[in-house]
Amino acid sequence: MKKRFLALVLAVLMTAALCACGGGKSPAAQPTDTPNGSAGEKALGGEITVGIAADLDTSLDPHVSSSSAGTREVLFNIYEGLLKPDTDGNLIPAIAEDYTVNETADTYTYKLRDGVRFHNGKTVTVGDVVYSLTRAAGLETGEPLVAELKGIASVEAPDDKTVVVKLKAPDAEFNAYMYASIIPEGSDPAAEAVGTGPFRFVSRTPQDNVVLEKFADYWGEGAILDKVTLKVIPDGQTMVMSLRSGAIDMAERLSSSQIADLNELTILEGSSNIIQALYLNNDFEPFRDIRVRQALCYAIDKHAVIDLAADGHGIPVGSSMISSMGKYVVPELVDYYKPDVEKAKALLKEAGYEKLSFSITVPSSMPAHVDAAQVIVEQLRAAGIDASINLVEWATWYDETYKGRKFEATVVGMDTHSLAASGCLARFQSENSKNFINFSNADYDETYLKALATVDEAEQTALFKQCETILTEQAANVYIQDAASFVAMQKDVGGYQFYPALYIMDLSTMYRVK
Amino acid sequence: MQYVVKKTGVLIATLLLVSLFAFLAFEIIPGDPTTMLLGSDYTPERAEALRESMGLNRNVFARYLSWLAAFLRGDMGTSYSYAMPVHEVLRGKLGVTAVLSVMSWVLVTALSLPLGVALVRYQNKPFGKIGVSVNQILMAVPPFFLGILLTYLFGLLLKAFTPGKFIPFEESVPRCLGYLFFPALAISIPKAAKTVKLLRNAILSEMKRDYVLTAYSHGNSRWMVIKHHVFRNALLPVVTYLAMSLADIVASSIIVEQVFVVPGLGRLLVASISNRDYPVALCIVVMIASVVVVMNYLADILTQTIDPRVRLS
Amino acid sequence: MINTKDRNFRIGAGSTLVMLLIILIGLIWTPYDPNAMNASEKMAAPGLRHPLGTDNFGRDIFSRVVQGAGATFLIALCSVAIGLLVGLLVGGLTGYYGGWIDEILMRLNDSITAFPSLLLALVLIAVFHTGKYNIILALGIIFIPTFARIVRMEVARQKSLDYVANAKLMGVKSMRILFVHIMPNILPVLLSTVAIGFNNAVLAEASMSYLGLGVQPPDPSLGRMLNEAQAYLSRAPWYALSVGLAIILLVLGFGLLSEGLGGEDRA
Repeated sequence: MKKRFLALVLAVLMTAALCACGGGKSPAAQPTDTPNGSAGEKALGGEITVGIAADLDTSLDPHVSSSSAGTREVLFNIYEGLLKPDTDGNLIPAIAEDYTVNETADTYTYKLRDGVRFHNGKTVTVGDVVYSLTRAAGLETGEPLVAELKGIASVEAPDDKTVVVKLKAPDAEFNAYMYASIIPEGSDPAAEAVGTGPFRFVSRTPQDNVVLEKFADYWGEGAILDKVTLKVIPDGQTMVMSLRSGAIDMAERLSSSQIADLNELTILEGSSNIIQALYLNNDFEPFRDIRVRQALCYAIDKHAVIDLAADGHGIPVGSSMISSMGKYVVPELVDYYKPDVEKAKALLKEAGYEKLSFSITVPSSMPAHVDAAQVIVEQLRAAGIDASINLVEWATWYDETYKGRKFEATVVGMDTHSLAASGCLARFQSENSKNFINFSNADYDETYLKALATVDEAEQTALFKQCETILTEQAANVYIQDAASFVAMQKDVGGYQFYPALYIMDLSTMYRVK
Repeated sequence: MQYVVKKTGVLIATLLLVSLFAFLAFEIIPGDPTTMLLGSDYTPERAEALRESMGLNRNVFARYLSWLAAFLRGDMGTSYSYAMPVHEVLRGKLGVTAVLSVMSWVLVTALSLPLGVALVRYQNKPFGKIGVSVNQILMAVPPFFLGILLTYLFGLLLKAFTPGKFIPFEESVPRCLGYLFFPALAISIPKAAKTVKLLRNAILSEMKRDYVLTAYSHGNSRWMVIKHHVFRNALLPVVTYLAMSLADIVASSIIVEQVFVVPGLGRLLVASISNRDYPVALCIVVMIASVVVVMNYLADILTQTIDPRVRLS
Repeated sequence: MINTKDRNFRIGAGSTLVMLLIILIGLIWTPYDPNAMNASEKMAAPGLRHPLGTDNFGRDIFSRVVQGAGATFLIALCSVAIGLLVGLLVGGLTGYYGGWIDEILMRLNDSITAFPSLLLALVLIAVFHTGKYNIILALGIIFIPTFARIVRMEVARQKSLDYVANAKLMGVKSMRILFVHIMPNILPVLLSTVAIGFNNAVLAEASMSYLGLGVQPPDPSLGRMLNEAQAYLSRAPWYALSVGLAIILLVLGFGLLSEGLGGEDRA
């Protein structure tokens, strides 16, 4: 008797202790309105620690096109291309000072900026640019490292300030790919990370951290902070705890459930620029049947997923196009499949898969996707579909699901490399190396290639829209949303900037408040 | 002496068997490392070349022997995930886990010996009675749950430490130990509770022996008897238990490191198992298991030194 | 003064029975569907509608804790059953026949028990991959050596007793002696080992699922839910605490039970 009483007392005491802090307070932290976070006075220098959900890829080679978005957004601070994106969705000159395009859009001429230096102190020369683009486009090996650059026919340097890129076919959008990193001539970026960005790479401890330092000789305005430590925190709960305790100063791409307890921090809301979907392996036996894929589309209510898993934050999408890509978006596709459990059941019956079961692989370090997957499983259950969740570490997801294509379905977000429509759509060509869902549709391939070859802007846009429509009609994936990204920062940190369309974490504008 | 030699023989045999087991376990894991390493670049020719270069075409025992030979030389292979030598991946992490384990062990000892004796001394007082019940409950608390509560209470409410901000040993020894104190506490409380119980029972059963009656007849008080006669004898099973419990402590630290974000072997082990980074996982498993085996061996020797009676059995 | 063993047994049996009853009822009926989501009732505080409130998907926490405890218990039950059955077979045969097979198996046994059980569970999960059934298999395998050792010891002891010799004289076949005559006599010793097994299985399942290597969402299990509940520690402390208490009660119950049955502290 005494023991049970004691247990009760203990429980009550513990509950009381825990309730003492914030129990039953405001339901969720309200995102603050100031776009760039705290409106305090900028302090020059200082350092911050940023939490990242996944360790960087093994290789930090900026030209590897299969690199993960999380790695690229860090490399954005270390490397630069001839051009770079700005926060308004434009491309601005970076290593190139200026460029010209000929009338047929097949020859691009870039003029190098004076006095741009690499982190190793050397000045960037045309030789470095030619080496970098040749390497990225695979002109010598025949295998482009950056898939978007496969249209390059030649790269030449007529004088020591000019680089001329000739294309195999006209491409009006080509500049969008010129983010391709410039590295020193002859260097191997897998061995040493030397770029021209506002930060230079200092060190890396696997599963733990990556350290960046301000590059003092940066050609432009440069970084405000002296040092940034990126801390790998692969557990969503631990990330929240580290933010609350002050162990880290900032984390981005948090889910709405993660920010719920962070009332004492600055919370910004923007778009994370990823298309979250239930990506289907179109080669998995049941999913080869379009009726099964369509049944899934009818069984899943994306609006309910957004409400339940993201507290309503997020823009519903109907195809693979980031919602801030303006003219390319086809709004009618969002509700192309109206949630209809009966229709889903009927389609499955017709296809002979009344007892459908499959597993959904989800990277465990991404609570937004894990939460969405849980809601999806529940919705599928209502339609008599037995889906199970298989949580894996990010690296496993990347190796086996993405690169190895060994999966049945996965909930994840896909970003775009470039500001061109092709960034979102290229990966669904039958033979594309990034086509991890094994989507294969002759009509799509043809339309896509036609769009690429079209110089007229309106006509090209129409063709890209047609590609998106094919993805929706074919039910290539079950599209959910362009997910919201919550950024949490300590009150004495500011300067975070959201970029439209691209998956970027720009550390150069971040600062400590005095 | 003969006992030690025999035990040492068994130790070496067990170490070999343990490493063989671990090696075989990671050998039979479904899936070919080459498909993982090559990913979408996979072609049968490339895979074959890679298999050849990784030595995967030889038979299992040949591979075990060469792995073992390399391991003993300190060459632990190359991590799949990081494309760097395993010993570099492990660098620094081994020390953290070792410090955490030793600290937990010291805490277990420091907490359990006085508490165990106190529970007997005040056996019939409210302290003793409540203490026994609380102790029983504490034995059942999983270390990681305790860890969550401690993080919350001491980390977020009382701000006694900053959860998630581990301070490396090189940076500041006292602050590093200050951080590790809390995970060590989470590991040691349930373990200490078990030790307290063992010690209390040992003392109580020792109290029923003849020599205790003799001691009483000489006019000693109960406390004097415990202090001067019983405690030493009751300590024997406890010492053995404490020596063997370091192994369990190392194992608990695997989880507790996760709760407190301590960059030790445990977090690396869980990550490398999830990432299928088998060379790293294998090394950690073999190292932890070896520590356990060696600790058990030392416990045996220690017991034998303290109490020659064991030699008979 | 009441006998401590007796008292422990009573308290242990009592709390285990209560937990079992709740779990059994939970198998047939819970106040709500543990997986049903409700957008309009997210993160509700405990009240009349939801005794322990709701989680971030509007799922009823009480129903989930009950079902989670059930899942954990079921995993413990199955893995202990695997360990017990195989242990009985291996331990029985080696204990009865002895010889070099016995010697080899016991050496193997020793080297397996050299791994801390959690470490072994991690290794096996690496081999089998995550999931509910794999964790049962992994834990089951881990329990085999413990059971085999105890059964072997007991069988070897019983073998020298008179009733076995008598049976042999009467021409009873070895297998029959082993399974019909000897086995019932070692049951009492086994019971306390089984209780410790449950104790360890509950802890191991909770640890593994907490690490994300065991039961996968949305299936509830105590370890998995503790992981989820951690995110809401300040807004809904009752969530993590009720899950933690459920684990403690199960472990405490089985611990007391095994002590009451006369077992040692450690398996």
